[in-house]
Amino acid sequence: MSFELDPSREARFQTILTRYAKSRAACIPLLALCQEQAGWISPEVVDYAARKLNLTTAEVKGVATFYTSLHQRPMAPNVVWVCRTLSCELRGAGLIQECLEELLGCKTGETSANGKFTLLKAECLAACGEAPMIQVNDQYYERLTPEALAKLIDELDRKTAPGQVAAIGGAVAPDVALSDVRLRKAGGI
Amino acid sequence: MVFTGAFGEPILTKRYGVPDSHTLAVASEYGAYDVLRQVVGKREPKSIIDEVKASNLRGRGGAGFPMGMKWGFVNPQPGQEVYLVVNADEGEPGTFKDRTLMENDPHRIVEGCILAAYALGAKRGYIYVRCELALAIERLEHAIAEAYQAGYLGRNVAGTDYAFDLHVHLGAGAYICGEETALLNSLEGFRGEPRLKPPFPAVAGLFGMPTVVNNLESMAHIPDILERGGAAWSALSRLEQDGGVRLYGVSGHVRRPGIYEGPVGLTLNEVIYELGGGLLHPDRELKAVIPGGSSTPVLRPGDIVDAPDEKHPLHRWHGKSHLDVCMGVDTAKALGTMLGTCCAIVMDSSVSMVDAARNLMRFYKHESCGQCTPCREGTGWLVDVLDRLCDGEASEKEVDLLVEIAGNMMGNTICALADGTAMPLLGMIQKFSEDFYAAAHKRPRTQLHDSWAQTLAS
Repeated sequence: MSFELDPSREARFQTILTRYAKSRAACIPLLALCQEQAGWISPEVVDYAARKLNLTTAEVKGVATFYTSLHQRPMAPNVVWVCRTLSCELRGAGLIQECLEELLGCKTGETSANGKFTLLKAECLAACGEAPMIQVNDQYYERLTPEALAKLIDELDRKTAPGQVAAIGGAVAPDVALSDVRLRKAGGI
Repeated sequence: MVFTGAFGEPILTKRYGVPDSHTLAVASEYGAYDVLRQVVGKREPKSIIDEVKASNLRGRGGAGFPMGMKWGFVNPQPGQEVYLVVNADEGEPGTFKDRTLMENDPHRIVEGCILAAYALGAKRGYIYVRCELALAIERLEHAIAEAYQAGYLGRNVAGTDYAFDLHVHLGAGAYICGEETALLNSLEGFRGEPRLKPPFPAVAGLFGMPTVVNNLESMAHIPDILERGGAAWSALSRLEQDGGVRLYGVSGHVRRPGIYEGPVGLTLNEVIYELGGGLLHPDRELKAVIPGGSSTPVLRPGDIVDAPDEKHPLHRWHGKSHLDVCMGVDTAKALGTMLGTCCAIVMDSSVSMVDAARNLMRFYKHESCGQCTPCREGTGWLVDVLDRLCDGEASEKEVDLLVEIAGNMMGNTICALADGTAMPLLGMIQKFSEDFYAAAHKRPRTQLHDSWAQTLAS
């Protein structure tokens, strides 16, 4: 099945292309647009981007596999990144990850049985002062407690239709107010 | 969480906390683009570079290189275009300051970029932002769109014939892209692998053209520097040759983690106890502080400055704790660490430094670009050995092995990631050897082993 950007994303891509002296500079922005639409960097996306930028598929694949946020496999509509780097770790990130595995019923790196969540471990997300924190699609949830986390996951679960197509870019916007997730609980490393 | 004004009136962060401070309407009420209108087309570009030199602004991205001097290296040949590239790929563990600028005062960044570009003669600029920071990106892009509409960007900046285009370019999740030449490769659409230097970006940077790469916070200071004058801005600092105010971050075991503004030269004790509100658990003791992001070697509160010689850069603090030294680029270096991004990670007595080391080494293993063997293999081996230590399976010899691996990484790679991995690990082993030996077969150890004492000395 071949891939093609939809007209609105194609228009965004054409604008981006005008910004650079060489078209290859639009490679990562193009892959990000493709992923926004397809949910991951499929072989079809790689072929498409290569044709569009006049590169080889090997060159595009080389770029796509270098960057953490370009997915090499299909993801659930909610991609949950849990930060485990030192500042978060000192404030209980380990507990947050355990809670997530329990709430979602899957291990880190896996997709939940209902297909709504993929749980991933993240390295530093530059929110160290708001630890512990997770990222769901493009939204940060900070100063988490197990209680706030349970509420958040429940909300996201109810808002995600079964079989919903994966997409980065905030496919699901929960209503949980930030004030709900500001209470903090400290944990040792 | 952002708090300003704990040490004097907020300058850089004066618009933080003002409702809708990210919009042009509000930012303009609070002085945004006033400096730009007085400068572009009215002052000689060279006089701006001189002002920035006089400000003694040391780059805020971690290396602390004097920004004015960096600008002075740009000397385009006929037919060459100069590029301005702003580094907002903030990802050094412990560091979360630039995000607050993008979220709270994006117009200050845009104004700083235009002023810098005008001084350097750049016609195009890119702000490279890590893609995860959705709100920061949205606000920065909105601010740029507003600035185009208001005529501060585009063909006729502020009604002059100076033309400048500014764009946001998003990363895709790679710590190494904070290294300036890796950033340039990534911006050009390649894997984010650092380039060999020389040539430095000032000679051959983006698309082979002369390029200045500056940290985002550095850019944000420029309007204040030109408004007050370089020397006056420099004098806001407590130190010489390291001017102005800056953002401080504090995270880990403190009561009020967050971002604060203060003069350059606050002490770590001030950062921990006055800004950070003291330790999170009053019943525990302060064990260690990583002063400026995870690549900066750790400091202990019990270590005392030994500098009886009047010419020693730390003589002013002779006999005081390391945490009472005014932190600047040069004083931090004299303490055997680095100022880095000035965002401290605070650890109390509950932390085993072996666990902390393993946590950070996992980060570096994940983030090594894989180009140079000592880094690609070394970071992995360090994690393997630390895993064995943490699981109680390693012998004392393996602590020495850590030091040996780290020693083989340093100075043997294209970029500084390997050094930034090895140095903090060696610092942890040197200063908290008891933790490492306790982990090795749970036996306490009192004395440094010769082999790594040598590595540490070299």
